[in-house]
Amino acid sequence: MKTSDIIKNGLIKENPTWVLILGMCPTLATTTSAINGLSMGLATTFVLMMSNIVISLLKSVIPDKVRIPAFIVIIATFVTMVEMVMKAYLPALYESLGLFIALIVVNCIVLGRAEAFASKNNVGQSFLDGLFMGLGFTWALTLLGMVRELLGTGCFFGHSLIGGADGMLMMILPPGGFLALGLLMALINHLRRSKVK
Amino acid sequence: MNLLNISGSPHVHSDESTKKIMWRVNLALVPALIVAITFFGVNALLVSLISVASCVLFQWLIEKFILKQPTTVWDGSAIVTGLLLAFNVPATVDMMWIVVIGALVAIGIAKMAFGGLGKNPFNPAIVGRIFLLISFPVQMTTWPKPGFTMSFDAATGATPLGAFKEGALPADVTLMDAFLGHIGGSMGEISAIAILLGAIYLLCRKIITWHIPVAFIGTAFVFSGILWLVNPETYMDPVMTIFTGGIMLGACFMATDMVTSPMAKSGQLIFGFGCGLLTIVIRNWGAYPEGVSFAILIMNGVTPLLNRWCKPKRFAV
Amino acid sequence: MAKKAQSTLPNMLMALTAIALVAAAALAALNGVTKEPIAQAQQAKVTRAISAVLPAFDRLEDRDVDGTLCHIGYDAEGNFVGAAIESGNDKGFGGHLQLMVGFDKEGTVCGYQILETHETPGLGAKADQWFQKDGKGCVVGLKPFGSALTVKKDGGTVDAISGSTITSRAFLGIVNDAAEVFSNITI
Repeated sequence: MKTSDIIKNGLIKENPTWVLILGMCPTLATTTSAINGLSMGLATTFVLMMSNIVISLLKSVIPDKVRIPAFIVIIATFVTMVEMVMKAYLPALYESLGLFIALIVVNCIVLGRAEAFASKNNVGQSFLDGLFMGLGFTWALTLLGMVRELLGTGCFFGHSLIGGADGMLMMILPPGGFLALGLLMALINHLRRSKVK
Repeated sequence: MNLLNISGSPHVHSDESTKKIMWRVNLALVPALIVAITFFGVNALLVSLISVASCVLFQWLIEKFILKQPTTVWDGSAIVTGLLLAFNVPATVDMMWIVVIGALVAIGIAKMAFGGLGKNPFNPAIVGRIFLLISFPVQMTTWPKPGFTMSFDAATGATPLGAFKEGALPADVTLMDAFLGHIGGSMGEISAIAILLGAIYLLCRKIITWHIPVAFIGTAFVFSGILWLVNPETYMDPVMTIFTGGIMLGACFMATDMVTSPMAKSGQLIFGFGCGLLTIVIRNWGAYPEGVSFAILIMNGVTPLLNRWCKPKRFAV
Repeated sequence: MAKKAQSTLPNMLMALTAIALVAAAALAALNGVTKEPIAQAQQAKVTRAISAVLPAFDRLEDRDVDGTLCHIGYDAEGNFVGAAIESGNDKGFGGHLQLMVGFDKEGTVCGYQILETHETPGLGAKADQWFQKDGKGCVVGLKPFGSALTVKKDGGTVDAISGSTITSRAFLGIVNDAAEVFSNITI
């Protein structure tokens, strides 16, 4: 597979959020602000990259029948590492993302890329796939977080744009997450389609 | 598609059309609008105008520029949504811009995103109101005191339901006040008599049937009556219950929306029963003092199931 | 491409055991590195909260009063300057609300910090600013002894957060509880 294809797939063509619609739990739950979405995306990117590299390296020594438990152990190890490092050096961020860091383990994208890509391709390509799938996830979460934060609180990355006034609270509550996700997905798929034509 | 719709003759032609029905609903809402303007003055008039205008405008914009379809704004359904949305918010200055957002949600998300009139599973005006209630909880629960005024800054007071939730019903609110509309509240819900006038007109015109309103109000009355008999200290008396808050408006105009309520009579009775029950449950044990709009929205979601369940039996099968 | 390992029992066992061992070793090593900073970060959070709610102090003593953790501050000469009390209840709109409430030696509230909250963003979550010194429902400088603090709606003197009476009541309840604990501290 060509490098440019891997990049395009991760960022746009097979974007985990807008196209594959994987990992919706962290997508909806952590995007109450742009900074939370960005951090969640980057944490997932790190896990994706590392697990893709390791799984690609080990693909010939892991017997097929136990590949899923083996993948999960590898992924869980990296997630726990992210969690410990974040707790130690970025406690404020850890508090706002909370439980969802641990839940990266069960994020479908990570296992999905391990199964669909890393276990079939070489290390270099798997690394690139992990990186760009992760970045695709990151930009989607950041955009969603930005839109929800802007509408819900009138802030942009924590800086208030409309002095003192409140936004539409609904947008930073769970129902607003679904609304924003649906509307953005419609918009982005519309743009993608009109570009194909 | 009408060519495929074969039924046994003779066929009776009726002059019913979506357009006629919607304009008659608008006419039926006029008494409540007059009461709103009488009690809340120029604010009520402006909020209604802005709400209706923005609903119509958004519908036109979406049809023209996004869907690229011929416009249907003249069927009057956007005006009904606009009026009902305005009836569900307090008549205050803040509402003059907030209601525009409500109109966008009602028309854009609740109606047009599902395919327009006839395809929306939830009542657009209620979706708009609930979006506003959750998004702007402070502005949506700042109620002007009733009393005609030309000024924009009216004194604010509590609604009977809000006051009851906080402790006790204010002593100066009588049943007659609630019947005529001299109470605090959203602008279209205050006067039971104006709403009933409109509802009787719709009944005579056979646009609505009695099933949903009677089941809704009846259930609310009986259920709150039982609670009141058990403990008159903590629960509101049943007569006051059905005349305050949005039960009258909801039961007569919003639960009866043709698109989002069941088609069969038995389904409509169950629908009304569910609305009444949920309303009283939310009022007494929920976080909000009023539950009519949530109750109707939940029952809207049940409507497809009721339609399937209450399908009349076919003959000779 | 290298020959794929077959799914025989010994192969499967070996692969899983090896992966688990390496993972455990890696995590143990990292845990050794991050253990200290994690403890420090948590300690720093408590210390920050204490210094935000207490008058200037030199030395702290942690004491358990009626089952509530109190941080008692002394100045350089060993005089009592005030106490920060970790108190909470489950009456918030979103469940548990945990505060650090600071009192000076006369029992005047000199500040508070929210340690744990599940209140609605934009409504109850405003409690972190609302009751502070420049907030609309300022409780700093009040003495909640004798008569408990209540919101205006309940006949009290404190402005409730608009649209969040339940949170405000829970908040004031915690401050009152903390005051109760404060009056039971013996120096």
